[in-house]
Amino acid sequence: MFREFPLTDATISHSHGAPGWIRRNRQALAPAMFLLPGVLFFAFYVIFPILQSFNLSFYAWDGLGEPTYVGVENYVELLDDRAFEVSLWNNFKWLALYLLAIPAGLGIALFLNQNVVGIRLYKSLFFFPFVISQVVVGLVFTWFYDPTFGLLNQMLGFFGFDPVNVLGDPKLVTYGIIAAGLWPQTAYCMILYLTGLNAVDPEQVEAARLDGAKGWRMLWHVIVPQLRPATFIAFVVTIIGALRSFDLISIMTNGGPFGQSRVLSFYMFEKALSEYGFRMGYGAAIAVVLFLIMLCFIAYFLWSMYQEEKGAR
Amino acid sequence: MFPRPIQQASTAWQTTYQALVPLALIMWLLPLIAVAVFSVKPDVDFTTGNYWGMPSSFQGFENYGKVFFASDMPRYLWNSVMITVPTVIGAVALSCMTGFALGVYKFRGNLLLFFMFVAGNFVPFQILMVPVRDLTLDMGLYNTKLGLVLFHVAFQTGFCTLFMRNFIRALPFELIEAARVEGVAEWRIFWFVVLPLMKPAIAALSVLIFTFIWNDYFWAVVLTQGAESQPVTAGITSFNAQYRAAYHLMSAGSIVAALPPVAMFFLMQRHFIAGLTLGAVK
Repeated sequence: MFREFPLTDATISHSHGAPGWIRRNRQALAPAMFLLPGVLFFAFYVIFPILQSFNLSFYAWDGLGEPTYVGVENYVELLDDRAFEVSLWNNFKWLALYLLAIPAGLGIALFLNQNVVGIRLYKSLFFFPFVISQVVVGLVFTWFYDPTFGLLNQMLGFFGFDPVNVLGDPKLVTYGIIAAGLWPQTAYCMILYLTGLNAVDPEQVEAARLDGAKGWRMLWHVIVPQLRPATFIAFVVTIIGALRSFDLISIMTNGGPFGQSRVLSFYMFEKALSEYGFRMGYGAAIAVVLFLIMLCFIAYFLWSMYQEEKGAR
Repeated sequence: MFPRPIQQASTAWQTTYQALVPLALIMWLLPLIAVAVFSVKPDVDFTTGNYWGMPSSFQGFENYGKVFFASDMPRYLWNSVMITVPTVIGAVALSCMTGFALGVYKFRGNLLLFFMFVAGNFVPFQILMVPVRDLTLDMGLYNTKLGLVLFHVAFQTGFCTLFMRNFIRALPFELIEAARVEGVAEWRIFWFVVLPLMKPAIAALSVLIFTFIWNDYFWAVVLTQGAESQPVTAGITSFNAQYRAAYHLMSAGSIVAALPPVAMFFLMQRHFIAGLTLGAVK
């Protein structure tokens, strides 16, 4: 059968005079050719700049002149920098509170996991906040919190509370921005869990029901373990989202009041690229700290993926 | 099914549920609904303090007309299109190839390369900021759409490779084996055997990347300035500075800026969700 096929290969290599070396190593060369453009691009714009940033953090540089080597001076300065301390602390607040998106998303997913008329549309509308840009989310929430006309204070007033200026209060501001960030993030976790719930094994659920499990016990012991893959992704995405928070802060408060809503990513930008001066080296040092925090999580993610890969093949 | 299907519950609870869902939705989207109402209000409503009442007259056409014909908004929107579409094409094309190479071939360092892409995709942007800005300046691409596109393509290749590689891994490997036995050249296997099977992944990834890039703000601020190259996310802030306290126009502008990804989501919902939730189910 197909006598001509095995011949084709030989014929081609003959007519083109391809050297035997290429033919013999085709299996090894092919992946290299496919990888080359992607890897080059990625190395040029992502891997290499990471190394450069590390290097730069040992220099003082205004972005124009010659960088001067200052050793670990940038890092020493960080230790005494009050603004850095506030930003770092805020980053931890973001990390801890952003994780609330996971149970909140699960809650909404459980609430919506029914078969009633129009539920599909409801699900997509609940997902809505994730699709719009954080810039718009920030704007929307700035108005929501507005002390003079904001909806929040209208509601508080309705229940007889005094108005609160969330974004003008150094104590509340970070929580206010995190709440705004939780809105799209919860929507994302919801969609992950809706998909996960779809795949829950109905037989196990029935079996557990026959054993008398229901409510919270059922959720915790039967459903949540089956949702593990969804939880893992929700966790990864939420952690990254928390550490990347920049847009909302930039739009809603620009770091204020008195720099109390800064996080590392924002503070770094401020130091390196805004009117506060072009201190590239110092900015790079802040970025390195942020990167190292992220690295703990990246290592954990990769380790989990590696365990899975080993199991797969 | 969990929770227990509502159909098995009492009629009273069923009715309550049916009423509760739309109510919850309105609460959930309240901030957005407010902006939508703002955007059709006339100017006087804000000066007279009628923030939350009914619009005293419908001014939607005038407000949106202003956004489209009396501001830089169309420019920004066009810039966004010219940044987003090439990025989607570039990143998807590159990652089809990298995903194929990492998903199909066994070679030393395969997993290492793959993890490099994955890890790179997770790094905080700030560690790239200064060097990438510098690089873009050196290449003379600062404040150009091309500069932004090149960076986005490179960075998104990380995520796309993760996605594509896992998708290809799940394809039936026998197909490729069979083609090899027939002596089909590797690039032909890629083009004629694997690529057609990757269509759903390509669709899902395209919608996702479209949304990510359209909504990007950080890199737009770092790598561009001014109306000739800034995308709409960055443009909206200058738009807002221009119309400070003109809430009806700012609302209309925000809605226009947010609309394309929303439209994309509703048109391609199936692909979008398939993309976002890849890996959420075993």
